[in-house]
Amino acid sequence: MNLDLDPTDRAFRDQMRTFFAEHTPPEFKARIRTGMRLEPAEYTAWQKLLHSRGWGAPSWPKEHGGAGFTPTQHYIFESEASRADAPMQYHQGLELIGPIVFTFGSEAQKAKYLPAIVAGDDWWCQGYSEPGAGSDLAAVSTRAVRDGDRYVISGQKAWTSYAHVANRMFLLARTDPQARKQAGISLFLIDMDTPGITIRPVITMDEVHHTNEVFLDDVRVPLTALLGEEGKGWGYGKVLLDRERGVTAAFTLRLAQQLRGARQAAAQALTPGGTMLDDPRVADRLAQFELEAMALETMVMRTMAEAASGQDSGPRASMIKIRWSELLQQVTEFWTELLGYDAAPFGAVGNQPLAGEGPWPAKGMLYARVTSIYGGANEIQRNIIARRALGL
Amino acid sequence: MDFDLSDEQKLLRDSAARFGEDHYAFSAWRARAAEGRGFDRANWGRMAGLGWLALNVPEADGGLGGSPIDTMVLMEAFGRVLMLEPYVSTCVIAPLLLRHAVAGPRRALMDAIAAGAAVVSLADAEPGSRFDLQHIATRAAPTDGGFVLSGDKSHALDGGVADWFIVPARTAAGVADAGGISLFLVPADAAGLSIHASRAMDHRINARLRLDGVRVGAEALIGDAGDGAPRLRQAVDHAIVARLAEALGAMDAVCEMTLQHLRTRQQFGQPLGAFQALQHRAVDMAIACEEARSMTYLATLSLDKPEAERGRIVAAAKARVSQTSLYVGRQAVQLHGGVGFSEELAVGHYLKRLTMIDMAFGNADHQRARFAALSQAPAAA
Repeated sequence: MNLDLDPTDRAFRDQMRTFFAEHTPPEFKARIRTGMRLEPAEYTAWQKLLHSRGWGAPSWPKEHGGAGFTPTQHYIFESEASRADAPMQYHQGLELIGPIVFTFGSEAQKAKYLPAIVAGDDWWCQGYSEPGAGSDLAAVSTRAVRDGDRYVISGQKAWTSYAHVANRMFLLARTDPQARKQAGISLFLIDMDTPGITIRPVITMDEVHHTNEVFLDDVRVPLTALLGEEGKGWGYGKVLLDRERGVTAAFTLRLAQQLRGARQAAAQALTPGGTMLDDPRVADRLAQFELEAMALETMVMRTMAEAASGQDSGPRASMIKIRWSELLQQVTEFWTELLGYDAAPFGAVGNQPLAGEGPWPAKGMLYARVTSIYGGANEIQRNIIARRALGL
Repeated sequence: MDFDLSDEQKLLRDSAARFGEDHYAFSAWRARAAEGRGFDRANWGRMAGLGWLALNVPEADGGLGGSPIDTMVLMEAFGRVLMLEPYVSTCVIAPLLLRHAVAGPRRALMDAIAAGAAVVSLADAEPGSRFDLQHIATRAAPTDGGFVLSGDKSHALDGGVADWFIVPARTAAGVADAGGISLFLVPADAAGLSIHASRAMDHRINARLRLDGVRVGAEALIGDAGDGAPRLRQAVDHAIVARLAEALGAMDAVCEMTLQHLRTRQQFGQPLGAFQALQHRAVDMAIACEEARSMTYLATLSLDKPEAERGRIVAAAKARVSQTSLYVGRQAVQLHGGVGFSEELAVGHYLKRLTMIDMAFGNADHQRARFAALSQAPAAA
C-alpha cells in the first residue's frame, strides 16, 4: 500500500499540470468552478484541443483511438484538469455510446463513428428516456418496425440533452412488442437530419437550454442503423457499468473546484465585522464539506488503483455517484448562501450589465439539482446496490 | 498508488482473523466482559506469542519494527471482535514514545511490552484540557537526581489495568504553551500516585490519576526536557489511526450482522430486506463503511508526512470515521428493532465501542475544528 506515484507517472503529472495551466481558457473558469456546463461550441473546441494532443478519449484503449492511459494516468489527468479549473469533456459520445460501439458495433460502425467522436466532429445525444419511461427505462414505447430495407421509428423521447446541437442520436426502441419487457428493446444509431425528427426545447430551472423533447414520426433509417442484434439493446448498456469508475473520477475530482470557489467566496464576502470566513460556523461547515470530499476522492483513488490491477470495485462507483451528487448540491447551496445579496443578480435588465460577478454560483446550485436525478436517480442507484451488492 | 496489502500483510490479516474466530466468540467475549477485569491475560499471552505485541517495537530493541499498515491490518481484525486487550495504549503509543527514553528503562520496558508482561497507559488529558494535548497544568519540578510530579489527569486509556504510565508534565512555560512539556515514565505503584479506575461502556478499564508529589528518577524523563509536545502529537496521531482501523472492523462486522438480520427476519409475511426504506438505509450504511475505509487508508498512508499535513489528514479521517461509524452503529441498532436494544445481542456492544472510539483523542467535532484550523492557510489560496 502506498500513495506514491512512480517516476513515469510523476513526469506525466508534471506534463499535464503544465498543459492545463497553459491551455485552460480563462473565460471558462468562472462557470467550470460552479459545476456549470459550457456552451456546446466551447466543448467542441476543448475536445479538438485535447484530440490534437492525442488525449481526445482519455478512458479508451489505444486501438479504438483512445489515449491509452493507464487508470492511474487517467486519474492524474482528471485531477490535474480539476486543479486548473479545466472542464470535463462532454460525455455522451465519449462515455455513453463510444464504448458500446467499440464493444458491440460492426467494423463499419466503428470506422464511421469512433474517430469522429474522438476528434470532436460528431456530437451524440441520448434517446433513452420517454414521457412514460424515466426511472423505469425498460418501459420505453418508441417502436421500430422493419419495412424492407428500412426500420421505421416512431415515438417520443424526453430529456434529450443537446438534441438541438447533436448530429447523431443513439436511441432505444422496441422492435418486438410481444417480448418480455427488456428483451424486445434494440439500440439504434441514427442521424439527426433524418426526416421525421422534431425537436422542442425544454428550458431547465437554471434558465439554460440544455435539453429537449424529441418527436420521431415515421423516421426511416437504414438497417445498418441497428447496433448489434435486435432485442439485445438493453444488455449492451451493461458494458458501461465497468466504465463508470472513470466517469465518477472525472466528476468527483471536480468537487475540489466547487470547494475552492466556496472558500474564496467566504473569504471575500464582507460582513460588518470582517469576512464570512472569520465566522467559525462558516469555517466549520466548509471543513465538513472538505473532509467529505476527501473521503470521496480517496474512494476514487481506490477504484482507479483497482482498475489498474484488474480488480472488481463492486458497487463503489454507484456509491460515489450518490455521494458526489449530494455533496455537489450541498456545496453549491452553501456557496450561494455565502454570497448573500451578491447571489441576487441573476439576469440582466434592458441595457444594464449584470451587477456583480455573474450568476454562475446560483446557476450551479440550481443545475446541481439534476445530478441526483440523471443517469439513474439516486433512489434507483440505491435500489440497484441493495439488490446486487447487499443481497436484499 | 496502490491499496493492496503485501503478501506478508495478507498473512497477518488472515492469522488475526483466525485469532478472532478462535478466541473471540461473542459468548466468550460477553463472559469475559462480565468479569470486569478489562482484558484476558491468556489472550494477551497468545498475542505476545504471535509476536503482535512487539509489532511496533523497533528492531534495535528486539521488536519487529512494523509499519502503520501492519498495525492497521491487526486493528481492523481486532475491531471486528471488540478486542478488550490494551493494544493501542501499550503496543502503539508506548513503543513510539519509549524510543526516546534512556537505554536502561527503554529496553526493559520494550522487552516487557513484547512479552505481554507490562501494560503501559498514556495519561492524555487533564481536567479542563478537553482534548487539547498540550494544555497541561501538571508540573514536574526538578529535584536532586530526578523530578517531583504533581497534578491531575482526567483520562488514561486502559489506565485501570496499567503497570506503567506515561505522564506529560510541565517542566517550563505556561499551561497552554506547546513548549515546556516533558514526558515521564511513572510506575503504577509509585508513592503519591492515586489511580481511580472505572469501566467504560465498552468494558475497557480506564482511569483518572492524581499525582501528589510523585518522585521519579532522572531516567524516567523520556527524551529531553521540554521537547515532549511534538512526540506526543505524533504518538497520538498514530493511536488515532489505529483506532480508526478498529472502528472499520467494527463497522463491517455490525453491517454484516444487520444485513443478515434484514435477509432473515420476517415481518408482514416477507423478509425485512424486501422493504425499500430499509434497503436504502442499508445502502447508506454500506456507503458509510466505504467512506470510513477510504479515510482510514488515507490516514494510515499519511502518517509519515510532515506534521502539518499529517495532522490535517488524520483530523479529517478521525472526524469522518467518527461520523460514519456512529451512523452505522446507531442504524444497526435501529434496524434490529427491539432485540438491538438488548444487552444479549452483540450489536449494542458495537455501538458502545464505536461511541468510545469517537470520544478517544478528540471526537468528530473536535477533530473537524482541528482540520478547519489546519486547512485555513493552504486551501484559501
